[in-house]
Amino acid sequence: MPSSRLWLARPFGERSTLIFLAVLGATMALVVAANLLLAPEHPLHVSTYTVTLLGKYLCYALLAVAVDLVWGYLGILSLGHGAFFALGGYAMGMYLMRQIGDRGVYGDPLLPDFMVFLDWDSLPWYWLGFDMAGFAFVMVLLAPGLLALVFGFLAFRSRVTGVYLSIITQALTFALMLAFFRNEMGFGGNNGLTDFKELLGFDLSADATRLGLFIASGVALALGFLLCRAIVVSKLGRVCVAVRDAESRTRFLGYRVERYQQFVFVVSAMLAGVAGALYVPQVGIINPSEFSPLFSIEVVVWVALGGRATLYGAVIGALAVNYAKSVFTGVMPEAWLFALGALFVLVTVLLPQGIAGLLSRSRQQGSDDDSDTQPDTPTDTLDATPREATP
Amino acid sequence: MNSIAGRHWLSALVLLCLVALGLGQAWAQDAGASEAASSDQGPALLSALAESSFRDKEAAIDAIAESGDERARRWLESFAEGKLARVKDSGAIVVVLENRGRNWPVADALTLEPAGEISRRELDRVSINNSLRGYLDSTLALIDLRVDDPAQRLAAARDLLGEVEAEAVDSLSELAAAESDPEVAATLEQAIAIARVEQGDVAAVEALSGSLNGQARAALMQASRSDDVALAEAAQAALAESEQALKLNRAAETLYFGLSLGSVLVLAAIGLAITFGVMGVINMAHGELIMLGAYTTWAMQQLLPGQPGLALLLAIPAGFLVAALVGVAIERGVIQFLKGRPLETLLATFGVSLILQQLVRTLISPLNRTVVTPEWMSGSLVINEALSLTLNRLYVLGFAILVFAALMLVMRRTRLGLEVRAVTQNRAMARSMGIRATRVDILTFALGSGVAGLAGVALSQLTNVGPNLGQNYIIDSFMVVVFGGVGNLWGTLVAGLSLGVINQVLEPWAGAVLAKILVLVFIILFIQKRPRGLFPQKGRAAEG
Repeated sequence: MPSSRLWLARPFGERSTLIFLAVLGATMALVVAANLLLAPEHPLHVSTYTVTLLGKYLCYALLAVAVDLVWGYLGILSLGHGAFFALGGYAMGMYLMRQIGDRGVYGDPLLPDFMVFLDWDSLPWYWLGFDMAGFAFVMVLLAPGLLALVFGFLAFRSRVTGVYLSIITQALTFALMLAFFRNEMGFGGNNGLTDFKELLGFDLSADATRLGLFIASGVALALGFLLCRAIVVSKLGRVCVAVRDAESRTRFLGYRVERYQQFVFVVSAMLAGVAGALYVPQVGIINPSEFSPLFSIEVVVWVALGGRATLYGAVIGALAVNYAKSVFTGVMPEAWLFALGALFVLVTVLLPQGIAGLLSRSRQQGSDDDSDTQPDTPTDTLDATPREATP
Repeated sequence: MNSIAGRHWLSALVLLCLVALGLGQAWAQDAGASEAASSDQGPALLSALAESSFRDKEAAIDAIAESGDERARRWLESFAEGKLARVKDSGAIVVVLENRGRNWPVADALTLEPAGEISRRELDRVSINNSLRGYLDSTLALIDLRVDDPAQRLAAARDLLGEVEAEAVDSLSELAAAESDPEVAATLEQAIAIARVEQGDVAAVEALSGSLNGQARAALMQASRSDDVALAEAAQAALAESEQALKLNRAAETLYFGLSLGSVLVLAAIGLAITFGVMGVINMAHGELIMLGAYTTWAMQQLLPGQPGLALLLAIPAGFLVAALVGVAIERGVIQFLKGRPLETLLATFGVSLILQQLVRTLISPLNRTVVTPEWMSGSLVINEALSLTLNRLYVLGFAILVFAALMLVMRRTRLGLEVRAVTQNRAMARSMGIRATRVDILTFALGSGVAGLAGVALSQLTNVGPNLGQNYIIDSFMVVVFGGVGNLWGTLVAGLSLGVINQVLEPWAGAVLAKILVLVFIILFIQKRPRGLFPQKGRAAEG
């Protein structure tokens, strides 16, 4: 394997990566400029509210990239990535809770409000250390990473794949949701963690902090994208695609399939955790609904809409669906679930390659394109027995 | 073991009722005759009560109680409440209906008809003291024990448990000996035994041994702390015995609730097991098909107001049809385009489930609808004092077994079942043998969806019917199918029932939510050990 510096730098040789980074950078620069330089009366002014909203979308986009990494390149349809996202968010939320200090409603210097309300007299052991930013940020990576490690160790070693794996990931996030709803868990139960004051000493309600979080989200997305790209174009990534397309054959060739799956799954979970951690200070709350199976499966449809196994497609899908969601829920909230449901059906039936598929098809029109030139295109052979397409 | 005991109880009860009916009639004739002869006794009895001294009033009360007069109960009750009074002028006894204000409305004590209002000053209250009140209470119970209806006697006997005064023991013993109904007699014996134990009678402890009654156990508890060593030891032994019996009954109750929950899981999962097994696709809209079945029940009850039972019975075929038709629509509209892409099918059907949910919310209501439980399904089957089984759950359990048996018949004895099994095992081979796989797909989907509709009809009797009904069952259903092994109906049955029981066993010490989490974690771990479920398919089909 090449040295790590070269390994991470390799995606810069790709045109698509450069385009993606350029577009992302330019858009963010424009948003920041429009927020800071233009007067609030100016028609092109971007309000801080919108900046935070966009920051939220960027976090979702990072989550979608994480899902695309395992679904697009490893063939693991995770219906539980919301759990990793939420765990990262809770780790951040716990840090933010500890930062409140004695400014809570009950003014307890040590205990968060909900613990005072529940008559707890001391901090549970798993809350210790979260007053230190460094520790909390490590936990943002470690908590989802460890869960993915344990879960992946159990699942991949016994070769649970395909639909079974999807259902188990869904059960995982469902179980976690039920657990976090319990007050006894010590994570605020139903209400979750909220009422945050400051992050690293910066006031969370200040415009500058919000802008900073937006930029941080964008940088995290760019780095996450680069990391995923680096994995995908490396030899490791090639093996992953082989596992996706023919798991048994790859195993017969001598590859330890479960190790590849394990590694990529943990990396993906950590990325999701980072996305959650950046998401929480921007929305100002984390509660168990982030664990809901519906959210996790929604993420998958962002990826499906954008286009599987492209990474940039996941970003497009996440932004598009969430923008549509904001518009719909504002204009006619009851129609949103119809639209989302229809999106699920239409994308899978009519648009299996997603928006990215449309883009590349129009770009390559005329040129004699051989499917071999597109190794990223997923061919869905997740079950080993071939099935006929038509009777 | 308990259910067998229960059956014995039941047959004994029926026998008893028959015997009691015969005896009761004879007794009623007796009572009628004596009443006719003593129709004039009333004024004498009452004035005896009003005029005698406190010491003699007990005798007067006894005279009233033993008169067999059907007004006796009312008189004594009024007396106990201090509402029996004598009109100063006429000497007639009246019952004060309301003792407020200047003029009191009264009723004639003999006819018990309202007799206008009488000034407070015109009335002399028939006086009573506390010791008399205690005596009256047990006397009233004795009166209740003499009525014709065995059910009423049983209720009276139950009221006596732990309430028997020391003086009443002898008269109660006589009654118990004369009692024709064995259940009433047994209850009386127990009441007497409680009184005796309270007085420190070691011999009576034996009668309470193993009793499930709270009063009996309280008496034993007290006796076990007594200074009398023999009594305390005997009571402790008896208490241990009843503790044992109670534990057994609690276990039976947990088992029943577990099986009930399990039967619901089986109903919800079995349709999924069929479609998943045959087509290898996950129908995420399965939960919404269950919901449609439940809503069909509601709609039927709206169409047939006042006849919830008939509507429920009609909802069984209707729910099957509605869900089956929607299922076929899903298969033809979505799933057939996604052959061989199980993960995409999962996503698309999830979209369908969102649309169906929102459709119900928009067209009917986002709020829960009430589905009436017909009279023959409400109430519960009382086995003993510690164990009673709710009837609606019993019916659902039976219904689940019926549906399972019917499905087994279809799968084992019909041409469709044969074809379904063939396609499940090896689609390519089945097709080359001339089976039209597409037709089998459609029919299987209709069957699986229809069973989901049946599950909905059953569920409407147990839970709220709302747009989220299906969502709550979809993950559980998958767990059952995966746990039991895909394409295996027996596996689904065993998995569903055992998960239900496990859940109920865990619940008391872990709480409902934690129990559910533990079950989910257990299944996740189980799948790691046996990725193909409890009863995996054998041979090449298992490689899928």
